[in-house]
Amino acid sequence: MKSGLFAAAAAALVFGAVTTAQAGPTLDAVKGRGFVQCGVNAGLPGFGNPDSAGNWTGLDVDYCRAVATALFNDPTKVKFTPLSAQQRFPAIQSGEVDLLSRNTTVTLTRDTSVGLNFAPVTYYDGQGFMVNKKLGVKSAKELNGATVCVQSGTTTELNLADYFRTNNMSYNPVVIESNDEVNAAFFAGRCDVLTTDASGLAGTRAGVAPVPDDYVILPEIISKEPLAPAVRHGDDQWLDIVTWVVYASIQAEESGINSKNVDEFLNTKNPEIQRLLGVSPGMGKALGLDEKWAYNVIKKVGNYGEIFDRNVGPKTPLKLERGLNALWTNGGLQYAMPVR
Amino acid sequence: MASETRDTVRGAQGGSSFSLSDPTVRAVFYQVLVVGIVVAVGWYLIHNTLDNLSRRSIATGFGFLEREASFGIGESLIDYSPRDTYGRAFLVGVLNTLKVSIIGIVLATVLGTVVGVARLSSNWLIAKIASTYVEIVRNIPPLLQLFFWYAIVSDSMPPVRQALNPIPGVFLSQRGLFVPVPVADPVWGEMAFALALAVIVAIFVHRWARTRQARTGLPFPTGLTTLGLVVGFPLIAYIAGGAPTALDVPQLQGFNFRGGAVISPEFFAILTGLTVYTAAFIAEVVRSGIVAVNWGQTEAARALGLNSGRTLRLVVLPQALRVIVPPLTSQYLNLTKNSSLALAIGYPDLVSIANTTLNQTGQAIEGVAMIMGTYLTISLGISIFMNWYNKRIALVER
Repeated sequence: MKSGLFAAAAAALVFGAVTTAQAGPTLDAVKGRGFVQCGVNAGLPGFGNPDSAGNWTGLDVDYCRAVATALFNDPTKVKFTPLSAQQRFPAIQSGEVDLLSRNTTVTLTRDTSVGLNFAPVTYYDGQGFMVNKKLGVKSAKELNGATVCVQSGTTTELNLADYFRTNNMSYNPVVIESNDEVNAAFFAGRCDVLTTDASGLAGTRAGVAPVPDDYVILPEIISKEPLAPAVRHGDDQWLDIVTWVVYASIQAEESGINSKNVDEFLNTKNPEIQRLLGVSPGMGKALGLDEKWAYNVIKKVGNYGEIFDRNVGPKTPLKLERGLNALWTNGGLQYAMPVR
Repeated sequence: MASETRDTVRGAQGGSSFSLSDPTVRAVFYQVLVVGIVVAVGWYLIHNTLDNLSRRSIATGFGFLEREASFGIGESLIDYSPRDTYGRAFLVGVLNTLKVSIIGIVLATVLGTVVGVARLSSNWLIAKIASTYVEIVRNIPPLLQLFFWYAIVSDSMPPVRQALNPIPGVFLSQRGLFVPVPVADPVWGEMAFALALAVIVAIFVHRWARTRQARTGLPFPTGLTTLGLVVGFPLIAYIAGGAPTALDVPQLQGFNFRGGAVISPEFFAILTGLTVYTAAFIAEVVRSGIVAVNWGQTEAARALGLNSGRTLRLVVLPQALRVIVPPLTSQYLNLTKNSSLALAIGYPDLVSIANTTLNQTGQAIEGVAMIMGTYLTISLGISIFMNWYNKRIALVER
């Protein structure tokens, strides 16, 4: 089934007419259709994961909703397409999804020859290792000769090879396509080590491990994994929209605006906030959206901090600290460009 | 006759050389038309693809094969490290696919033949066991069977530190089966050479024995001679080479066993899964082949005084094989193609590695084309061989 979808996406490149290459066609297509098609992770707690009631949850999922809200003032106008790591690029390339919000690391190759354009980073991550406590391993430097479970088709696979190479260590990879099967193999004991983004490890330990306390995430973070939503090449307007939806959510947190108090800010004298919330018009028109686009996003989805706390923050099973994802004013990297 | 008619028609139309009522012209016209349409559609698809790709500035071409792969592969028949190129990584995948396909085909044929014969057994229990096996196995999707075999290893085997040690030097755990292997020595190469020599000599003996039997009617114990040659020659080479006995025994070091050879759980699962699944179909093929040979043939052979072994070898099997081989070829092809399910359980086959490659490079179309091209080549290879074999065993009609 999975490879079927993947093949279909590749086939779309071969057979499909060029429906998405004119100026600004994605926005028109999405408006005409009435919903955003969003590619998300099929099962990564905290980022893209259906809950027990079948509703999609996660940080990446919320950014799909934010884009839909900016367009339609309705966070439910999204059709989620769960994608494996392998399927995601053909799916976005072929136009099967409008937006890829699936914990995808920004890299030069992906930005160029894979044909993607990245919106701002929504989560600064890094690759880590998880091992069973029984092994008594304290550092990734002690992993020489270990068997490592890793999902195929990810930057993780490459970082893993690079890290062991750099440290003159050998390893034995067990590379499996589906995230569920990778986790199953690791928790059954097939591998000594599970490696993926540190946030993903936290999610897996919280949500998948039979006994979370039996497993420990090693301190080393071996790579930079800036995760960002992506769109395909050739539609600058659509990229602009996704980009500024992300910035608006960050700017809102910076300005102290959240979903509960946003209405109070409509009477503000601060010209910056007036522009953001559409009180003084112009920004929406520039993006080809309603002037209330950012107001709607903040009101119905929330600011960056709310999205973070709701999905991956300290009160969720993932228990992730803001760390690099704190606002720049708090020593983190999240920094919104000025809305003007 | 026909050309005369054509000439007449042509004459009647006053030399007009193009008419669809002329069968030759019509045939040529439609063939040209069909070829034209196929070429046009093909051109359109290629053009459309390249157009789509270039509009989205997605890289094209096979230049990536020269670039460094920088990902690891769990098991490989040739030396491979992440420093090697995508091209070499792909080759590793092709070899892994061939490895599981060839061993799988051999094992499935053996198991399938045994089960197929067992289904015809007059022993009620054996026949029923064989039937049950066939009916259960061939009605469950192969992917599920692979998960089943993989789960058997990862869930029922002990962790690596508590590996089972049934025979000294042999260790069985979740990490696979580790066995000792002889330490590298030039004598192994010499033994392989001796074996090849023995096979060539055996072929000559076989030919000589056949002509002699045809001429004089005297049989020659070809089977025993062949066995003697095939065992004897390498044995002589082994003893002459100093009979080395050093073994590379696996030892638990750090996380894993080092040394020796290993059958990984992934390889075990894909090989067992494919063998067991395909053998069920082969069993039915074999059964149908044997049933297709008229019982009268066996009776006639017995009447001529042939014992049961010779009856089977000289009378029943040659006729059954004609029925068996064509569908057997399809089963071999199925097994080879089903090996692409390896991706699901982490065996680094061709599809798995090509998928990783096309993910890192984003060049899905090239990657998929390479996968298709490779499977096509392997499948055509099997087909050609089996067709040749089929022709060889075909009943020579006089």
